[in-house]
Amino acid sequence: MKAPISWLRDNVALPPETNTAMLAEQLTKVGLTVEHIETTGSPVTGPLVVGRVLSIVSEPQKNGKTIRYCRVDVGKALNDTATGDHPASRGIVCGADNFVEGDLVVVALPGAVLPGGFAIAARKTYGHISDGMICAEDELGLGDDHSGIMVLAAGSAEPGDNAIDLLWSSDEVLDIEVTPDLSYCLSIRGLAREAAIANGVTFDDRYRAHLPEPVDGGHPVVLESERCQAFVALTIDGIDPTAASPSWMVERLRASGVRSISLPVDVTNYVMLESGQPLHAYDAAKLQGPIRVRLAQPGEKLRTLDGQDRALDVDDLLITDDSGPIGLAGVMGGETTEVSDDTTSIVLEAASFAAASVSRTFRRHSLPSEASKRFERGVDTQLGHVAATRAAKLLTEAGGGKVTAGTIVGAATAPRSVKLRSGLVSSVLGTRVDQEEIIRLLNAAAIPVTVLGDLLTVTAPSWRGDLVDPYDVVEEIGRHVGYDRIGLRLPVPADTHGLDPRIRDRRAVLRAVAAFGFTELLTLPFTSEDEIERLGIEGDDHRRQLVRLANPLAETQAYLRTTLLPGLFDAVARNVSRSLTDLALFEQGRVFFDGGPAVAPRPSVAHRPSPEELQAIEEALPEQPNTLAAVVTGNWRPAGWWGAAEAADWTHVVAFAECAAESVGVAMTRRNVERAPWHPGRCAELSVNGLVVGHAGELHPGVVGAFRLPEHACAVEINLDLLLAQSSRGGQIGSLSAFPLAKEDVALIVDDSVAAADVQAALAEGAGDLLESIALFDVYTGDQAGDGKKSLAFALRFRADRTLTDGEAAEARQRAVKVAVDRFGAVQRA
Amino acid sequence: MSGPNDNFDPKQVAALDAAQIDSFVTDALAAIAAAPTTAELKQVRLNHAGDASPLALANREIGALPPQARKEAGRRVGQARGRLTQAIAARQAELAEAELSAALIAQRVDMTLPVDRGPRGALHPVTNLIDEMIDVFVAMGWQVADGPQLESEWHNFDALNLAPDHPARALQDTLWADPPSAGKLLRTQTSPVQIRAMLERGVPLYVISPGKVFRADEYDATHLPVFHQLEGLVVDKGISMADLRGTLDHLAKEMFGDVSTRMRPHYFPFTEPSAEVDLQCFVCHGESVGNPDRPCRTCRSEGWIEWGGCGVVNPRVLTACGVDPEVYSGFAFGMGVDRTVMFRTGAPDLRDFVEGDIRFSRSIIGGAR
Repeated sequence: MKAPISWLRDNVALPPETNTAMLAEQLTKVGLTVEHIETTGSPVTGPLVVGRVLSIVSEPQKNGKTIRYCRVDVGKALNDTATGDHPASRGIVCGADNFVEGDLVVVALPGAVLPGGFAIAARKTYGHISDGMICAEDELGLGDDHSGIMVLAAGSAEPGDNAIDLLWSSDEVLDIEVTPDLSYCLSIRGLAREAAIANGVTFDDRYRAHLPEPVDGGHPVVLESERCQAFVALTIDGIDPTAASPSWMVERLRASGVRSISLPVDVTNYVMLESGQPLHAYDAAKLQGPIRVRLAQPGEKLRTLDGQDRALDVDDLLITDDSGPIGLAGVMGGETTEVSDDTTSIVLEAASFAAASVSRTFRRHSLPSEASKRFERGVDTQLGHVAATRAAKLLTEAGGGKVTAGTIVGAATAPRSVKLRSGLVSSVLGTRVDQEEIIRLLNAAAIPVTVLGDLLTVTAPSWRGDLVDPYDVVEEIGRHVGYDRIGLRLPVPADTHGLDPRIRDRRAVLRAVAAFGFTELLTLPFTSEDEIERLGIEGDDHRRQLVRLANPLAETQAYLRTTLLPGLFDAVARNVSRSLTDLALFEQGRVFFDGGPAVAPRPSVAHRPSPEELQAIEEALPEQPNTLAAVVTGNWRPAGWWGAAEAADWTHVVAFAECAAESVGVAMTRRNVERAPWHPGRCAELSVNGLVVGHAGELHPGVVGAFRLPEHACAVEINLDLLLAQSSRGGQIGSLSAFPLAKEDVALIVDDSVAAADVQAALAEGAGDLLESIALFDVYTGDQAGDGKKSLAFALRFRADRTLTDGEAAEARQRAVKVAVDRFGAVQRA
Repeated sequence: MSGPNDNFDPKQVAALDAAQIDSFVTDALAAIAAAPTTAELKQVRLNHAGDASPLALANREIGALPPQARKEAGRRVGQARGRLTQAIAARQAELAEAELSAALIAQRVDMTLPVDRGPRGALHPVTNLIDEMIDVFVAMGWQVADGPQLESEWHNFDALNLAPDHPARALQDTLWADPPSAGKLLRTQTSPVQIRAMLERGVPLYVISPGKVFRADEYDATHLPVFHQLEGLVVDKGISMADLRGTLDHLAKEMFGDVSTRMRPHYFPFTEPSAEVDLQCFVCHGESVGNPDRPCRTCRSEGWIEWGGCGVVNPRVLTACGVDPEVYSGFAFGMGVDRTVMFRTGAPDLRDFVEGDIRFSRSIIGGAR
């Protein structure tokens, strides 16, 4: 809401010492945040002066044009000195011919800059030096008129006068954020009331103090829907709609961000901005039969003022006549009854429409307007007649004619009252506000209150539709008391918990992988079917169960992600394009798996929903697990003075997964599987306690190509919720034996297809309790292992709560080997 | 007891002659002093004090002396050997120290060489800030709650007192799952987590809910369609706006040092009364206001930074969650995490938060590598 200060002061007598900055602070303090203070005024800078045309010489040109060489008196200080050829003046070439010698004109002298950055300089043209420019209205940004030079009224100024001061008055404009509850402040009237309260002066409500005379005999109006509470229609006969709007009105509209269009439109806008009551003007001659306010019928159409044909919804509230719909109530009028230059009689509408209805209609038709914005938030239901009367007065003052009849149907909503204990105010605000102060503050806001002991009965004025609950009244009092009066108190819960384990564990995981060398990113969680295709995800893979958005930000990203990988791939591409090629990236976030079309019920909010209702909501929501994923490309370790580079490979993404698991105290196991988007021979399935939690490995070359990733890029993706559910709280610690370690190494030849991890597990199982640790220290394939075979060498370390004999360790080793031999046909290598 | 040995050969015991021994000692001491390295000293020791050294050989002859001479010879040889051992030890220490000094000098490395500990990772600044804020509240005994991001319309709007045609729904342009009639949407705020917390945990309740929120908003330097909020909710007996002010002021001081906060009346459907909270500028402390010589980039010389929204929980919200507003009252607040990172770090462009350039997350540790 833009509020020109002059307009505000016109509506309330503020103390002279209250300057604009103070007023802005006062309004901000009561919840009307002043975001900017603009200064209106001249769009022209530099010398712009009044000139008197002394002489005009017409000079036809070869190109068919006729130019006029003028000598213009621009005042003593600015004129060139007189010569034999001409008196003291300036020479200016001009193409227009709508002025004569002796006219007062506006002259932009060299150094002036006109709207649009048009800089004036002396220049040689048509054989003369043109030392400035005689201006037309549009060149000064004053209007659209380029029909000719702007000629000032004779005697209205003297040559050399500053034309900027003459043409523009300077005003300050408050740009105010009006919250939905304070809808009455979408008007100068409402803001003036707030300014009056803040300054402790009385507010003389122009729209309440002088109620208009009753009217009758106007255009018939029938209300056929309860969504229209009241309708005022004033008939104005004998008006000239082409008459100019008063310049003060045009200027205030412009300062408020509204363009001047025509007298009827300007007046309805002006009164709406001033009072908060939207108005609409119909050409009375074009109305066919009574105005009926009703809901649309199936199949009805309306061409609105913007020239759009609109198919109406049966939920749309309409203004109709015998011809059918003539307007979308409270949103926009129709074309057939629009006021035109030929109009002589106007029917002026000032009505009250139900907020929710207007809200749905303007959204449905994407027609936000100043009118619908006000109706949606609630318009003072007692305002119609007085606002229409004021508009009619302004119309007839400028355009002639008079109000000949009027119709008033419906009635203002009955005032609502709210009861509350006065103690509630202090207990909610947390500062003492006694009953006397409460009453004083409410009275200042013109809110009637009656008192019975501790019980207050507050009657909401017609413009205060927001006062419904006791807490609304508390807020009203609070914002006038001022929130800085409230003290500081730090509440302490009686029952404390510490950091929730799940959040502590998630934090541990993120910190561990970051410490390990991975950089966290947060990407946008949208994806496309194409991305899933490019990942090579096929068949009934659950990552194809995409949740589609009804109104995506971009049609190319219309789904919610089921995997974090495409987002990371995008980030890889961006980094690579910026020459950052050695990457170890990760993201933690939710992915979404469509669970079908179940509707999430919307139970009553009058009480707590039943367990069944809550369960039905949960079941309708898709599964959306927290997921952790990482990608590596380029070098894990760059070449440096320490030696050659170490390329990033699958081991680093596996290490990422193990690091994550270990940070919550669990071990991860792996086995080879085939799964998109990984290389079929280089993908590990990751499990914790036998539960599959994710996958890691080198990406499929096809995927690397499809996402333009660096070759051999590797990735890992883990269901973090599943991993964290396995988190071990603390684990177990036994006694630490100080007896000597017995070392036994063993090399086994097995088929290539046998997993090293399985062989290790077999050895560990066979070795029994004496085994302290086991580690694979060599893998050999080649002639000595045999075709299709590999040799795996393990270091077994035994320890007990006594010194083991050589025999005991050797025996344990033999048992270990036997299990591996039995299970995999392993052959012990000599 | 054996009789005296008369059969000694005076020729053979010349080695035990005092002059002879002195000459051995003189030679040996000269050699020890001359040994340039500990390695050569070792050879000197073998030569002059080893098993085949003249003194050792002389020592063997003592047995051949007449008993009356043995004592004298033994003493003489013993003293000589003692002198040598002492001299060798002293020289050894001297040489070893010199050699160590030389070695330490030779072993010097340039300790400013870069070290390699693999790639440097970093958490996203948003994650770090959320963690920091969590710690402030957990220290006061609050809980942290999480909830679905694809949320029900009931949790995101209805229960928060946003009626179906409520104008505030328009303020938060919502991303809906298809079809919208199924009542599922990407949460526009973290407030539905507060509803869940009340329903699941009951009251009294002190909880924060940090997380991602979604709006059908612009994507530019100052707007993201996906960003992060941290909201807090207290429901207990006797809670007022003073508790809210105290909590926000405490949070501000924990995060930004000696700054204050202020509240301006505002409107939110889920709180009544509602307010916006401003943070006193933690850089200029308001000194840039009206002081063009000392402009402040952080608060744009306004002295205050818009931080978030807050208010007393609307009793209708408590009712929808089965909490009796006659017994309990509460407050709620929320702020944008990304925006807080922005004004705290000076990060100029919100798009950098989600575009994944590694330099963004690593900025905090001083660059890309």
